[in-house]
Amino acid sequence: MLKVENIFKSFDGKPVLNDVSFSVRQGATAALIGSSGSGKTTLLRVTLGLVPFDRGYVKIDDQALLSFDRVEWADRIGYVPQDGGLFPHLTGLQNVALVPKLRGWTKSRIRDRAEELRQLVELDAAVLNRYPQEMSGGQKQRVAIMRAAMMDPSVMLLDEPMAALDPIIRRSLQNELKSIFKNLGKTVVIVTHDLGEAVYLAEQVMLLQEGRIVQTGTYADLLLRPAESFVTEFINAHRTLPEAGELQ
Amino acid sequence: MKHAIIGALLLFSSSLQAADKVVVGSKIFTESYILGEIAAQTLEGASPLKVERRLGMGATGILFASLQSGAIDVYPDYTGTVAEAILKNPKLKTESELQSALAPLGLTISAPLGFNNTYALAVTEAVAAKFDLHLISDLEKASSELKVAFTHEFMNRSDGYRGLVEKYDLKIPPFKITRMVQSLAYRAIEDGTVNLIDVYSTDAKIEKLKLRVLIDDRGYFPIYNAVWLARKAFVEKYPNLWNSLNALGGKIDAVRMRQLNAKVDLDKQSIETTAAEFRGAKGPDAQSLAAKLTVRTQEHLWLVGAALLFSLLVGIPLGLIAARYQVAGQTILLTSGLVQTVPSLALLCFLIPLFGVGNAPALVALCLYSLLPVVMNTYVGVRSVDPQHLENARAYGLTRKQILLRIVFPLASPTILAGVKTATIVSIGTATLAALVGAGGYGVSIVSGLSLNDTPTILQGAVPAAAMALAAYVAFDLFGRLVVPAGLRKRS
Repeated sequence: MLKVENIFKSFDGKPVLNDVSFSVRQGATAALIGSSGSGKTTLLRVTLGLVPFDRGYVKIDDQALLSFDRVEWADRIGYVPQDGGLFPHLTGLQNVALVPKLRGWTKSRIRDRAEELRQLVELDAAVLNRYPQEMSGGQKQRVAIMRAAMMDPSVMLLDEPMAALDPIIRRSLQNELKSIFKNLGKTVVIVTHDLGEAVYLAEQVMLLQEGRIVQTGTYADLLLRPAESFVTEFINAHRTLPEAGELQ
Repeated sequence: MKHAIIGALLLFSSSLQAADKVVVGSKIFTESYILGEIAAQTLEGASPLKVERRLGMGATGILFASLQSGAIDVYPDYTGTVAEAILKNPKLKTESELQSALAPLGLTISAPLGFNNTYALAVTEAVAAKFDLHLISDLEKASSELKVAFTHEFMNRSDGYRGLVEKYDLKIPPFKITRMVQSLAYRAIEDGTVNLIDVYSTDAKIEKLKLRVLIDDRGYFPIYNAVWLARKAFVEKYPNLWNSLNALGGKIDAVRMRQLNAKVDLDKQSIETTAAEFRGAKGPDAQSLAAKLTVRTQEHLWLVGAALLFSLLVGIPLGLIAARYQVAGQTILLTSGLVQTVPSLALLCFLIPLFGVGNAPALVALCLYSLLPVVMNTYVGVRSVDPQHLENARAYGLTRKQILLRIVFPLASPTILAGVKTATIVSIGTATLAALVGAGGYGVSIVSGLSLNDTPTILQGAVPAAAMALAAYVAFDLFGRLVVPAGLRKRS
């Protein structure tokens, strides 16, 4: 499980994260949601251990981030960057194998683990021999998930997994992601600005605004028991398209 | 680091000079080539020692520096030039005055070879016969029929026309003088448009056009007696060799020198053969074109290869530093950019006082020139790597070194490789100038071809140099397929 406790972080005296706390239980999927400038990217980088923070704790399975070195922490959090973030000079398989190779895994161990994950994310085997520029958005996303899961991390962190996809592919990938997360059985945190996506993929939603968590709960909690008027405002901003009857 | 490399280059170049041999230099015009070749053949005839030719070196300053550094042992020069350009004291005239001024520099001159290559006045044989002209002071007798063409330089120099009319009390009004460049003046006197021109006393065309050179009976023109200028150390180490050169003293008069110049300039006879004919000996077997090309190619490849290696070992790290640190980066880019703006010939001249002549200054210049493309492209290549990739790599726990080797270098490799390619091709071209400081390579043919106005010789250097550049271009494309990751190639 992932626990973020009382994180404070400021840049040049300007607070960016202000006493942020949340926890995601083992095996659950949570979505961190907020508009741009809400501090969600900083929170993501803090959680990945990429930027130092002023106060607080980030814990995985009750072990604090600061007690790990970078490599150990990196292996505990599987990171899926926006748009997959695959390295363009490496094939799918080379991307997937990069980190385990550096950790000294044998070739057969890498191959076996990659094959296991490939089946799990339901990716065509041929795709792994392609370069990222030859893959579709959905294929990239799956390879990136494989890469993040190679070291068997406790937590998976996905940054805007759907942002770069067109709406139809997006819808079908959403369904598949849900089952992939279930198959992986990992604690998953999705960072997104899209409420619909967050609600569809995650049981738990954390709404971030101006560096603090405004509310944590299910969509029903946010909708029916908003902690602040901003929560309602935020939900209303994501109105669906008008129904046919509403058109003149 | 820099000092170590320069030191290594110097050590290397001095080790090249250390072998037991004699090195003959020459300047970059026909007469000097011929005299240099005569010296070389004379030395070869006098001793089994290896004689190396570094003919056609850029300028007096370069030859002087070469003598002092020991890169060459002897070359032909003129007393007037020695006094003015080397000793900076035009008042030194006599042989003993020159000797005593040269001694502290570790240099010495031989007995005069027998001709004085200075300004002279030449008239057509017809006019000379008609008025019985032998001396410049005889000109007065013919003043009514003189049609004169003088060069611009001769008209303007203080030791040219103005002093001349004073000294000889000549009555040639300036408006009767046509000013033209030398080649046109020769043509004008050939077709009879004029009958009096200024010449250099050993010009090949004097012989060909049967002109009469008037004797400077009042000693007006400065004396430019041809002599051998040599290192004292060489003279002392090989006295018999020096004697063999000294024995040529008085053997070449102006007429003889004109004939030799004419053989090369007008009859297009080879310098080797001309020198051999003068010595009444069989010349050295003319090197076959293939053998010549092999040596030149080796020299050229060596220069370019060393510069390439340097640009890789120094340029890429400098590019990385530049990409990483703002201030140092701008300093590095600016400095290597400035170096690039220095004209190559000027750079070579700057380097001679520091590195002498031969391979060292040529190498240093080539290394400096090949630096900018590599530094710049490394910088641009590294800076253009998407920072998101670097952040992702950090998130996966890659160390700095792993990021550099596995992410940054592969992603920047097409740009870096393009820089190395540019540097190599530029080096191949620039290395042709190395001949001017005696470093050999294809430039030897180009420079001597240019100074002898001999197109085939120029092509012997220019064509292989172009071929080498082309080969480098193709080789880099092939090499690029090996080192540039396929995923990056397909995109471009």
